[in-house]
Amino acid sequence: MNRGGFASLSRAMFLGFVRDRAALIFSILLPVLFLVFFGSIYKSTSAPKISLIEVGRVQLLRQAERADPGLRRVLTITPGDSLSAALAAVRKGSKDAAVMERGDRLVVRYSIADPTKAGLVNSVLGSIVQAANQAASGRPPTFALAASQVEDKSLKPIQYVTPGLLGWALASGAAFGAALTLVGWRQNKLLRRLRLAPVSTRSIVAARIGISVAIGLIQLAVFLGIATLPYFGLKLTAAWWMAIPLVICGILAFMSIGLLVGAVAKTQQAATSIANLVILPMAFLGGAFIPLDFAPAWIRQASYVMPLRYLVTGMQDVMARGEGPASALPAIGILLGFTAVVGAIAVRVFRWDDI
Amino acid sequence: MPASISVRDLRKRYGDVAAVDGVSFDVEPGEFFGILGPNGAGKTTTLEIIEGLRRPDAGTVSVLGLPAWPRNSELLPRIGVQLQASSFFERLTAREQIRTFASLYGVPPSRADGMLETVGLTGQAGLRTEKLSGGQAQRLSIACALVHDPELLFLDEPTGALDPQARRNLWDLLRQIASSGRTVMLTTHHMDEAESLCDRVAIMDHGKILKAGPPAALVRELDQPLRISVQSGLMSEESAAALGGATKATDDGVSLTIATSDPSDVLSGLARADALAGLRVSGATLEDVFLDLTGREYRA
Repeated sequence: MNRGGFASLSRAMFLGFVRDRAALIFSILLPVLFLVFFGSIYKSTSAPKISLIEVGRVQLLRQAERADPGLRRVLTITPGDSLSAALAAVRKGSKDAAVMERGDRLVVRYSIADPTKAGLVNSVLGSIVQAANQAASGRPPTFALAASQVEDKSLKPIQYVTPGLLGWALASGAAFGAALTLVGWRQNKLLRRLRLAPVSTRSIVAARIGISVAIGLIQLAVFLGIATLPYFGLKLTAAWWMAIPLVICGILAFMSIGLLVGAVAKTQQAATSIANLVILPMAFLGGAFIPLDFAPAWIRQASYVMPLRYLVTGMQDVMARGEGPASALPAIGILLGFTAVVGAIAVRVFRWDDI
Repeated sequence: MPASISVRDLRKRYGDVAAVDGVSFDVEPGEFFGILGPNGAGKTTTLEIIEGLRRPDAGTVSVLGLPAWPRNSELLPRIGVQLQASSFFERLTAREQIRTFASLYGVPPSRADGMLETVGLTGQAGLRTEKLSGGQAQRLSIACALVHDPELLFLDEPTGALDPQARRNLWDLLRQIASSGRTVMLTTHHMDEAESLCDRVAIMDHGKILKAGPPAALVRELDQPLRISVQSGLMSEESAAALGGATKATDDGVSLTIATSDPSDVLSGLARADALAGLRVSGATLEDVFLDLTGREYRA
């Protein structure tokens, strides 16, 4: 009879979830939109390019282009009519520099509003002049530059955006799901009704955990499916499957927060506000929205008390940094410990009804 | 046969308020028993203690021969509880709802669908419960309480917020349920509901049971005069009071009301005076019993 109870309660909860448009929007659609949005904007800022206005005809630029066709990847050149119009464009920031030839001199006018671009303009044009001088001497170059990248351990945007936003989606899905179900069922007395049916509290709790874990795994699948599309370019590293136990333990941790909120709150509105008050700051301080690698020191310190930090960094380690499966174990241990403590408090303050 | 419910000297306090203050009664098998009283009388608390949802401060409750507290999983399949029309799983249809409850008791879906038909909701089976009318939701709630065929059914204010038509429909359903030999215990603050449904009713106020018995017997015991009323101004108060059999006459400007324990004398007197326009005869009701017991008007 208990197994029947578990199965039918799970079914009822699952149907209740998939028919709840607001829950679907907040736990799946919105995080996915954030993923697409952040994945796209960070992508386009990767390769800095400088744009030049060529005033009159600049022989040196033509020559340099012929010598090194790769130059087009860092430079865009547009012809300009007058010096004054070209300078106006540079002042406004729509072009990075105006270039003209005055006899043997290559004249460059630039703005230092963007210091990185200003430096780039100087060094690129400087090297063009150098190369031209060297060629004019008629001798082959004595020295050559051999440049190659070291293996890049720093994370690409999609590699931290995906675990971060996924962590936030999992945290809010699990916490809100548990809190709203508990408060709603207490308010409409369904909890008492279930107490008068031959079904154990364990079956009710197990069904709710099962559904939350299932929803979490669906969120994981959707996120990985989108982030690994060639357009976003997430490449999963070998031990990515350790994200599955991490997600399950993360769900348990955030469900325990939700149950505590649900035990304290009297109405669903109150539960929503309290859960937001817990989850949103945690998303900012726990590395979900702001990657901890770039965060100020105080955020990094605060993140150590946030369970979300361990979920997010744990997923980053196994999904993107290429760490081994064992690297997720400390995070799993911390999440389970958190679940035990908060869950025990939630059980203590739990009430079957409002009086 | 032992009593279905046996309650002895039940007490429950909330802070300074004695919600239940020494309540004792028995409900016999097959009986339709009601607790009647105004809101705040302690009816619901009493019912919840009997259902096993609350622990009494003192006193004993036995349900079908078993103690009600602590939660007894042997007892649960034998009782059915209807709490409120809204105690449903969110966003499920009526059919999914009752099938879910059925499976909690190990009852097959076919029986759940049969129960839906018994309460006349087959046409609404595919509707989400949020879309049901108040009366339909109440019927579904009762069907969910009955799906496992319990020996004892608890109903807490079953017609709470229903319109008169829906109330009468639900009464028919409840009579039908009671006629199948089940024991039913109900709380209500509607006098007419208790009078029309219950074999026996206990009148409760301020945590105490004031009187219990069949509604008709309670009214009869009151031995209250009948009230005969006619249109105002057909005769003066004095001449009305002077009619044979009349004990008292009052004219409130709308109708002239004569109290009597010998209605035939008064009626023939009125007939002789040709003063029968707008004639109404009314006997005592449970409301008068309440008034007599508490000294105040009944206000639900």
